[in-house]
Amino acid sequence: MIRTQDITKSFGENEVLKGITTEFYDGKPNLIIGSSGAGKTVLLKLLVGLFTPTTGKVFYDDVDLFSLDDDAIREVRMKVGMLFQGNALFDSMTVGENIRFPMDMFTKKTLKEKTKRVDECLEMVNMEGINDRFPSEVSGGMQKRVGIARAMVLEPKYLFCDEPNSGLDPKTSILIDELICDLTNRNNITTVINTHDMNSVMGIGDNIVLLKDGHLVWQGDKTQVLESEKEVLQDFIFASPFLRRLREDALKQRHAHD
Amino acid sequence: MVIDNMLYNLGRYVTLMRSTVARPEKFSMYYKETIRQMDAIGVGSVFIVLLISVFIGMVTAVQFADQLGDSFVPSYYIGYIVRDITIIEMAPTITCLVLAGKVGSNIAAEIGGMRQKEHIDAMEIMGVNTAAYLIMPKVLAAVVVIPMLVAISAFVSIIGGYISTVLPGTISHTEYVLGLRSFFVPRYVFMMFVKAAVFAFLLTSVSCYMGYYVKGGSIELGEASTNAVVVSDVLILVFDFLIALLLT
Ligand SMILES: Nc1ncnc2c1ncn2[C@@H]1O[C@H](COP(=O)(O)OP(=O)(O)OP(=O)(O)O)[C@@H](O)[C@H]1O
Ligand SMILES: [Mg+2]
Repeated sequence: MIRTQDITKSFGENEVLKGITTEFYDGKPNLIIGSSGAGKTVLLKLLVGLFTPTTGKVFYDDVDLFSLDDDAIREVRMKVGMLFQGNALFDSMTVGENIRFPMDMFTKKTLKEKTKRVDECLEMVNMEGINDRFPSEVSGGMQKRVGIARAMVLEPKYLFCDEPNSGLDPKTSILIDELICDLTNRNNITTVINTHDMNSVMGIGDNIVLLKDGHLVWQGDKTQVLESEKEVLQDFIFASPFLRRLREDALKQRHAHD
Repeated sequence: MVIDNMLYNLGRYVTLMRSTVARPEKFSMYYKETIRQMDAIGVGSVFIVLLISVFIGMVTAVQFADQLGDSFVPSYYIGYIVRDITIIEMAPTITCLVLAGKVGSNIAAEIGGMRQKEHIDAMEIMGVNTAAYLIMPKVLAAVVVIPMLVAISAFVSIIGGYISTVLPGTISHTEYVLGLRSFFVPRYVFMMFVKAAVFAFLLTSVSCYMGYYVKGGSIELGEASTNAVVVSDVLILVFDFLIALLLT
C-alpha cells in the first residue's frame, strides 16, 4: 500500500500539486485520472521519488520514502517497476537487451535463464519475436508494450504506469489493461496507473483518483463514477454528448433493474 | 553572481563525484562498461592523436632549428629540445585539450541525451546508482587509456621532429639521436603521466557533470556539450600550471 500525506509540489512559482492526501491499495489497480496538465505525471514521479515534494510525505507500507537515504531508497526501488509516459527505452540497446537490463544489473541468472524470461515478458505483452530490433525500429504502441514488459521483468511489488494505453488501438489497450490487472491481482502488488482512457476507467477502475488543477477533487470506483452527480467528475468523464447519453441509458437500465 | 554560480556548480560537482564512488550493483556490468569506454575513448582517439602529435613534433623541431640558426648552440640540441618539450608539455596538454573536444563533448551529449529522454530516471527507478554506473566507468577508462595515448603522442612527436629535420638534411641522424639521449631527466616522464591522468580525470568528470544535470531541450544539450569542452580546457590549463609549480 502507498499512502500520500498532504503533498504539495511547486516548480518555482507554479504550484502543480496542492495538498494530495490519498491511498493506493494492494491487489487492485489504482487509477489517477485528470485532464492534460492536471499533475498526474508529477504525482506519479513523486510517488517513486523522482521529484521531492515541496511539503508532505509518501509512505510505502508505513515507510516514509523521503526520510530514507540514497541506499535505502534504492532498496525500495528494486521492488518498483515503472512505465514512463515517453517509454524511456534505452535506444542504443535492442528490445531484448532493454528488457534484460534490470536482470543483468540485479540478478545472478544465467544468460539462458534471462533470455527465457525476456521471451516470457514479450509474450505477455503479445510482442514475441522482436528481441533483436531496436526501439526506433518498432511502432510507438509496440514501444509502449516493451516498456511494460521491462517494468514487469523483475516482478515488482509496486508498479507505476504513466498512460499505459495512450497510442494503442482499443483492443490492444484493453488487453494491456487486463494484463496489468491480472498481474496486480495475482501477485497482490500495488499498481498506480495514470490514464485518461475512459475504457480503462470503466473497465478496471477499482480505485480512481481524479485530479483537477493540482487538487484531488474526487475518489471512488467505477460504479460510483456512473452514479456520482459530482459535476467536475461528470464533466471530465462524460465529456462528449455521446458518452453522456450512454451514461443516462446505463443509469436507466440499472434503475429499471432495481 | 558569477562567483555564486561557480560555487554552486563546484558544490554540485563534488557531491556528484562523491556519489560515483560506490559499490557496483554488479561488478560484471561495470567491468563491461569500462572496457567499452576504454575502446571508445582510447582506440577511438588513436588516429587523431597520431595525426596531431606528428605535426607538433615536426613544427617544434623546424622552428627550434630555425631559432638555433648559426648560433653556438650545438645542433644536436634539436633532438633534446623536441624530446623534453613534447614530454613535459606538448604531449599531455595538447592531447588532452584535443580529447576534451572529442571525448568530452561526446560524453556530455551522451549523458545529457539520456537525462532528457528520461533514461537516467528509468535506471534510477530500477534501483541503479546512475551517478556510479554512468560516470565511474568513463572516468576510470579515461584515467587508464589517456596516459597511454599521451605516451604514444610523445613518442610520435619525437618521430615527427626526426621527419622534419633529419629527412631534409637540416641535421644528421646521429645528431638527432644524440640529442634524444642527452640530459635525460626521468622525472619528466613521471610528470607527463601525472599530467595525463589528472587531465583525463578532469575532462571526463567535468563532461559527465555537464551532461548529468542537463535540462530542457536540444539547445541546452548543445550548450552542455560546449560548456564541457570550454570548462575542461580551462581546467586543464590551470592544472597544467599547478602541476608545473608543484613538480618542478
Ligand atoms: N520538470 C518540471 N518543471 C516545471 N514544471 C513542470 C515540470 N513537470 C511538470 N511541470 C508542470 O506541471 C504541470 C502538470 O504536468 P503533468 O506532466 O503532471 O501533467 P499530466 O497530468 O501528466 O498531463 P498529461 O495528461 O498531458 O500527461 C504542468 O503545468 C507542467 O507545466
Ligand atoms: Mg502526464
